[in-house]
Amino acid sequence: MVSFTPTEEQQQLLDTVKRYAANDIRSIAHESDEGGGFPASTIDKGWQIGLVPTAIPEEQGGLGEMSALTGALAAEELAFGDLSAALAVMAPALFAYPISLYGTTEQREVWLPHFLEEKAPKATAALLEPGIFFDAHDLKTTATPEGDKVRLNGVKACVPLASDAEIMLVYARNSETGAMDGFLVGRGAEGLEIEGDEKLMGLRALSTSRVKLNDVRVDVPCRLGGAEGCDYQAVLNRGRVALAALAVGVARASFEYARDYAKERQAFGAPIATKQAIAFMLAEAAIEVDAARLMVWEAAWQLDQGKDATKAAYLARQYAEKAALTVTDSGVQVLGGYGFIREYPAERWLRNARGFTAFEGLAIV
Amino acid sequence: MTISFEIPEHVQQQADMAKMAAEFFMRPVSRELDENEHQRPDMFVQNIWPVMRDMQKKTLDKLAAPPTEGEKKPERQSTQNLRLMLMIEMLSWGDAGIYLCLPGGALGGAAIEAVGTPEQKIRFLQRFAEGEIPAWGAMAMTEPGAGSDTSAIQTTAVLDKEANQWVLNGEKIFCTNGKLALDESNGLVVVWASIDRSAGRAGMRPFVVEAGTPGVKVTKTEIKHGIRASDTASIVLDNARIPADNILGSPEVQREGGGGFKGAMATFDATRPLVSASALGIGRASLEFVKEKLAEEGVEIPYNLPYHKLTAIQRDVLEMEAQFKAAYLLTLRAITLLDQRQPNNLESAMCKAKAGKVVTQISQKAVELLGPMGYSREWLAEKWMRDAKINDIFEGTGQINTLIVARRILGYSSKELG
Ligand SMILES: Cc1cc2nc3c(=O)[nH]c(=O)nc-3n(C[C@H](O)[C@H](O)[C@H](O)COP(=O)(O)OP(=O)(O)OC[C@H]3O[C@@H](n4cnc5c(N)ncnc54)[C@H](O)[C@@H]3O)c2cc1C
Repeated sequence: MVSFTPTEEQQQLLDTVKRYAANDIRSIAHESDEGGGFPASTIDKGWQIGLVPTAIPEEQGGLGEMSALTGALAAEELAFGDLSAALAVMAPALFAYPISLYGTTEQREVWLPHFLEEKAPKATAALLEPGIFFDAHDLKTTATPEGDKVRLNGVKACVPLASDAEIMLVYARNSETGAMDGFLVGRGAEGLEIEGDEKLMGLRALSTSRVKLNDVRVDVPCRLGGAEGCDYQAVLNRGRVALAALAVGVARASFEYARDYAKERQAFGAPIATKQAIAFMLAEAAIEVDAARLMVWEAAWQLDQGKDATKAAYLARQYAEKAALTVTDSGVQVLGGYGFIREYPAERWLRNARGFTAFEGLAIV
Repeated sequence: MTISFEIPEHVQQQADMAKMAAEFFMRPVSRELDENEHQRPDMFVQNIWPVMRDMQKKTLDKLAAPPTEGEKKPERQSTQNLRLMLMIEMLSWGDAGIYLCLPGGALGGAAIEAVGTPEQKIRFLQRFAEGEIPAWGAMAMTEPGAGSDTSAIQTTAVLDKEANQWVLNGEKIFCTNGKLALDESNGLVVVWASIDRSAGRAGMRPFVVEAGTPGVKVTKTEIKHGIRASDTASIVLDNARIPADNILGSPEVQREGGGGFKGAMATFDATRPLVSASALGIGRASLEFVKEKLAEEGVEIPYNLPYHKLTAIQRDVLEMEAQFKAAYLLTLRAITLLDQRQPNNLESAMCKAKAGKVVTQISQKAVELLGPMGYSREWLAEKWMRDAKINDIFEGTGQINTLIVARRILGYSSKELG
């Protein structure tokens, strides 16, 4: 039966995430973006909501079950607070979810318990690569089998929280078969170089790094999923749904702010919202936000049903990244000159929204 | 409750049946009826009438004898509107102009359903639930001087207390199925008229004018850009007399004006998602056809490549698909709210604005992508483009629906945001 109402459990979780996003993130989003990122305590608090532990299935020792829908609902709310904070809070999932979904028994037993603790484990994943022609299905980073080892070579970009990471999942192309695989790479691995913080147009409150792999050798058991490997397309699909959900959150933040502003701001003796030119921009933004959200939900629902969500996830991401850009651009336009001033949040949302076309691999549900 | 996009199997089966009807009775005559405006889709009408009639009969039977406490099934979400949505989508995939000739109450029936009393529903809708000869309903709001601004209608209704009749005077235009309803069947038209011209929209009321009413005349049927199989009639009301109880709604509703402008709006909340559904059918037809023709030329649409690896045509088709899906899901949401008996004014305006716009764009793009063959009348793509456009015009133009969305999200009245 078709329905658009979250379960009670999801609603409770959402209420918690909403409160956190409003009280803990939104209130300091501006300062955090201007300098240095969010305090560790803020991100820890986000971790303690328990999004990741409740996504790890009970039979793996976790507290719930993996649900892309729940993840997408939470991602929208977190990004409504701030995109940098959302990515920071969700970063450990980049490592934990693929392990939970495709890891060998040993990989799960070794790693998942860390994700059930009070403090977030310092874990992330590296998928994106620098250069203008990135293709997730044709990674330039290579994995070359060498007896009981695999040699990794390449450069990764925009790896969230890499500078602190103790462990990361690095995706690479098997130089013999051409298949994409994940590899668990520890901080101390020889040949692994994590550069200092990247300087980006947006995401200024999130630490991201280039990661260089120069003949990094890992043992064969470090391959995600062991001999079977992982369902790489499904990993991408989950990533695309996550990004699309985050894009909806950013767009909604911008839209709601512009809507409220337009009702206050006076021009020619009336609130600017009473002019169709403004009102229609806002109405269209409202429609785009809702449409993008429905696409996210449908793709997430397909994932949860165990269907092949490749098409739905791709279209949802494509739609949401465009919607986020037009909505946040309108968000700046509605504020006029103030939209251009950094003290107001509208321009930050536009900077952050512009990145979604590039962000492949920065989040997962 | 949980978020779900699961279409129940019995609903999907009905949609599949509608698709078969579309393939069988609509597509083969689509071009012919487009080239011969005002020719009737007789085969389609004859074959679909028993289906529509029996559907209407079921709803009336329920109304006449509501289930007793013991018979009541556990409260389940209705699928009535969902079934309609998918059926209309598939029929419009077949041919949107022919779909509009679907016998039954249509927009007139919807208005009666929305604001009529149970007695009125049975009295007026019975004709759509019985017999071997089809009947049509229609709805006449628009006038030469009143389109988007429905409150400007000039048609008047005056109560002749002695005769216990309403006397209607005025001219209605652009009435879909007006001729089928009045001249070609024992149908009816719901005519909106003012009982108090000085009261503006508060004075508006819906009246049922039945076929055969003296003083009612169809004076013209328009020649159109698209949906040529559908008739669009002008109706002149010249001292047309109808029974006093042909004013829709209970006396209380009448006094409070609930049957008036608000009634019209309630009707639109129910019918806008159905117009969107029809638009979606045309969009689906265009999109499917383009993909089919591209595939014949060896062009497939990939769903996992980065932007730089896509050709311009693939990008266009992906954009069409994403936009289509967005409009589809917005419509599905508005329809689901209807089935859950929840308010959907905002959502139905959203889906109508979106579907009207994107289906127009999709069908226009389809003509472009198919090159000279897209433009040729040999194929149907150019016809679908002409058929699509009306969806951004009737049941509230794209601008009017955007305006409704704007008012809702801003909390403004029509005075504050006009
Ligand atoms: C084929 C066809 C079938 C139809 N069937 C029916 C039917 O069955 N029953 C019925 O009652 N009517 C029917 N209509 C009428 C239809 O609903 C109207 O044409 C429509 O509502 C627009 O009104 P209008 O044509 O007078 O345009 P106008 O109201 O004059 O609008 C002209 C333009 O101005 C814009 N506009 C108007 N007001 C505003 C505003 N406040 N803000 C911004 N922009 C505005 C409109 O969006 C439009 O772009 C039909 C029309 C057609 C063409």
